[in-house]
Amino acid sequence: MLASLGLILLCQLIGEAVVRGLGLPLPGPVLGLLLLMILLLARDRFVLLARGPLRNDGVESTSKGLLAHLSLLFVPAGVGVVQKLDLLASHGVAIILVLALSVVVTLLATVLTFRLVSRLLRQQDVR
Amino acid sequence: MTDNPFSLWVYLSQSPLLWLTVTLLVYATTDAVSLATRRHPLANPVLHAMWIIGAFLLATGTSYTTYFAGAQFVHFLLGPATVALAVPLYENRKRVVASIVPMLVALVAGSVTAVVSVVLLAEFAGLPRDVVLSLAPKSVTAGVAMGIAESLHADPSLAAVAVILTGIMGAIIVTPLMNRTGVTDFRARGFAAGLAAHGIGTARAFQVDEIAGVFSGIAMSLNALVTSFLVPIAVTLLVR
Repeated sequence: MLASLGLILLCQLIGEAVVRGLGLPLPGPVLGLLLLMILLLARDRFVLLARGPLRNDGVESTSKGLLAHLSLLFVPAGVGVVQKLDLLASHGVAIILVLALSVVVTLLATVLTFRLVSRLLRQQDVR
Repeated sequence: MTDNPFSLWVYLSQSPLLWLTVTLLVYATTDAVSLATRRHPLANPVLHAMWIIGAFLLATGTSYTTYFAGAQFVHFLLGPATVALAVPLYENRKRVVASIVPMLVALVAGSVTAVVSVVLLAEFAGLPRDVVLSLAPKSVTAGVAMGIAESLHADPSLAAVAVILTGIMGAIIVTPLMNRTGVTDFRARGFAAGLAAHGIGTARAFQVDEIAGVFSGIAMSLNALVTSFLVPIAVTLLVR
């Protein structure tokens, strides 16, 4: 478990270092995600890599443990709302309405596009 | 024993231990309530943990900076949790690869809608310019949105609050909304949740369905990339 957590942190660290070093416009942890993905795929191809956290579901079970409590991780940033009470008192209703409308429109646009495109593709497959 | 009972409070309230404990215990309680209501959308554990802790801070006159000194240990795990999304992605890679085209088209449509709709609505509502700029990256995960807000000379802490509010509202609304549209494809539903409501939407998606969670995680990661490029362009074109 410790080695697995170490591997996850290492992927993030390399991700952050590469992003900073090359000035890439993407978040370090996203690059870390890609790196871990590549490691897992490489492990299936090369037996040599299947050791330590990459063996016996090591990094898999640690990652799932971390993701099981994903919501918790947003609480500290969310409590930051206490710093913005003045702004919320003056513009709160407008801000909430704007965000709520935008999130509904975004959810609908995304889900309908996804369905439309996958339906179009399936029709092509049938023909 | 100390002479002054307040000295214990003064000591504890300044230590990371108290605020870390409060964060974990309050969340454990709100999460248990959410589970007891069979994950009812309105019993969102983040929403309730947020206002309970916030009210506690206000009641005890504790500053957010003091609170964050303890809570930062939890906040820090957002990065490793993003990396950990590689595992469900890896385990479901065949289904993901099979849906790559609808995913990429929905990504572009969704990211553009997220940014353009919030900027236009905020302008229409007559919000001040710096508020409009801080709301623009609200659909991506907190760390990225704060970075974008910073590069626009907007307010990163307001951006973080907008991100969390968006995530909570998205997580509450996604299930009833999707049921109403009649979409039963959990790849599409999850993808929309992660795109519109980042990690909080993804946490919600994992509660509903494993495949929805996987697609939500992908949408959240991809949207972080696209939005970083999109917000500066949209702001130049749309904000007065």
